[in-house]
Amino acid sequence: MVPTQYYLILSAILFGLGAVAFVFKRNIITIFMSIELMLNAVNLAFVAFSQASGKVDGQVFVLFVIVVAAAEAAVGLGIIILIQRNRQSLNIEKVNLLKL
Amino acid sequence: MIAFLQQNAFWIIAIVKILLLMFIVLTVNAYLTWFERKVVAHIQSRWGPHRVGPHGLLQPAADGLKFLFKEDPTPDGVDRFVYYLAPFLALALSLTALAVIPFAPHPLPFKILGENVYLWITNPDIGLLILFAITALSVYGVALAGWASNSKYSLLGGLRSSAQMISYELALTMSVVGVLLMANTFSLQSIIEQQANAKWGIGILGWNIIAWTHQGLFLPQIVGFICFFTSAIAETNRAPFDLPEAESELVAGFHTEYASFKFAMFFIAEYTAMITVSCLATILFFGGWLSPFPSTPVWHFTYFIPSIALIPFGLWVIYDGLKYETIFGKLILPAVGFAMFGLGAGLVALPAVNDFIQPIFWFTAKIFVFLFFYIWARGTLPRLRYDQLMNVGWKLLLPVSIANVIVTAGVIILRGYR
Amino acid sequence: MSPVLLIFFVLAALAVLGAVSLVLQKHPIHSALSLIVVMVCLAGLYLLMGAEFIAAVQIIVYGGAIMVLFIFVIMLLNAGEEEHTDFSKLAKFAGLPLALALTASLAALVIKPGQSVQGATQALIPKATEQISSMLFKEFVYPFELTSFLILVAIMGALVLAQREKK
Repeated sequence: MVPTQYYLILSAILFGLGAVAFVFKRNIITIFMSIELMLNAVNLAFVAFSQASGKVDGQVFVLFVIVVAAAEAAVGLGIIILIQRNRQSLNIEKVNLLKL
Repeated sequence: MIAFLQQNAFWIIAIVKILLLMFIVLTVNAYLTWFERKVVAHIQSRWGPHRVGPHGLLQPAADGLKFLFKEDPTPDGVDRFVYYLAPFLALALSLTALAVIPFAPHPLPFKILGENVYLWITNPDIGLLILFAITALSVYGVALAGWASNSKYSLLGGLRSSAQMISYELALTMSVVGVLLMANTFSLQSIIEQQANAKWGIGILGWNIIAWTHQGLFLPQIVGFICFFTSAIAETNRAPFDLPEAESELVAGFHTEYASFKFAMFFIAEYTAMITVSCLATILFFGGWLSPFPSTPVWHFTYFIPSIALIPFGLWVIYDGLKYETIFGKLILPAVGFAMFGLGAGLVALPAVNDFIQPIFWFTAKIFVFLFFYIWARGTLPRLRYDQLMNVGWKLLLPVSIANVIVTAGVIILRGYR
Repeated sequence: MSPVLLIFFVLAALAVLGAVSLVLQKHPIHSALSLIVVMVCLAGLYLLMGAEFIAAVQIIVYGGAIMVLFIFVIMLLNAGEEEHTDFSKLAKFAGLPLALALTASLAALVIKPGQSVQGATQALIPKATEQISSMLFKEFVYPFELTSFLILVAIMGALVLAQREKK
């Protein structure tokens, strides 16, 4: 069987890649997607721990994380649509001032 | 060599089953298009294809050749990767959904390479959830195809189609929850097994459409079935819900810019989705492979129903073939008729094969009834406008299916079924 | 190498490739497709661990709803390829090494066996779906009801935010 460390290392790698994308990309939607990638990495860690301990609590947490990510994606994409409408651009460097 | 085969028997049998299933499904798809054109034509008082081969039976072959040899232009300015990915995705997802459908309860009477060969590819404990997951992913084929075509009509058609598919996915999933509450499992084979304990042993009363079990539960899932089938017709983008892809509306919707072989892939994906949904409807609501008659030994004469269906039909095809106009028809049709007659007679002569073939016969018969309903709805009903379509999905089907879940759960708790 | 380990490495490699592709692609649609690949690979990994219900929920909710929402927004807003912009000096020189340091420190925490993670018991949890559902409705019923409220708030928020202004 697969040792739990392998899953956790994979989760760490995915989290690091999500963090890199979050810092370096300029498109707001891509930044949002990197947040989803980081949440997925955390879900993987949860399920790995749930399997290692034999209890199912980790998987229940994963359900809640998925629901919260869905709600956050819905509202966040609404905000992105508004930003596009007001500033006509999806570049995050144009969103760095409170004034238009 | 034999030792190698016996060691990896599991994988080899799985691969052979997958290839066989794909071949059978693709052939059934091809003749389903023939069947659809014939039925719609007869509803509209015309003949349909009747020139290419006897009764138009070689029309699918002609269509296949046309799709292979037609010019395959790629429009300018498309996103190449996504443009080529979308039809592959649609076809792959549609064919994958058939992997979890069980066709018969018992394995083959002989062992191949020392392993029992069941008539399904896999039987997971969450079979139904896997089917819903694949249905959820099939929205991508439509949405990406519409966007990648770099054309206004395609984008609008693709967005409308995918919005429709997402909306009806909810009603589809909720309408099945009533069945799941009664069956207490996601595994498709267990759902069929549990429809076998009918009141007085009469098969049809145990099917989930009536669900009168000998434990005294009487919980017809008729509302669930109507919601399920309506949502399924909308989910597969078929008439009367096919505004996004109707020819007279948005040119052809999301597959406007797709030419020969890629359009054929979308076509096959749509028909395979129809077959999958018909299989699901029979498994969940109509007892899958169970016969409508009781299974006591007195009723064993109903085992001859396949022969009773095949033998006269074979004789009629022979008679029709001998009077046919073309020489080709005069040769092929009697041969086909003779094969059917031989099959029917063989089933009478070999009772072991007859017993084995019963579940498969009932399953395929029910699937064909549902496919006929699909085609009948296409030929008869007018198209729904897009806002009417979305109203039906969100304001009618979703509340009704949720109410079905609440009522089913209430009855189960009150009668202490579990 | 057992088949399970082989499948794990294939799925893990695909997931990492998808994540790298998310970072490197210029068009947001390609990034979205890479993220879908990552999610499907993760669902495969959940199946490998015996968490079948979570795998199905991951594909249905994440892959079938959230990513479809992302793709709709990218199509509707007509998001084009990214323009090339200059990073600040700090970001150029310290960004990537810091991210690598984050990953390395997270990984180093778990490599030493026996400290916080025991790699010993690897049995699949039996009847995970039943246990999840009974736990969800008995011990976690209060957060469960709160999440339904949260989803309602999110729906209303998205509706209000995306409305057209009344002229």
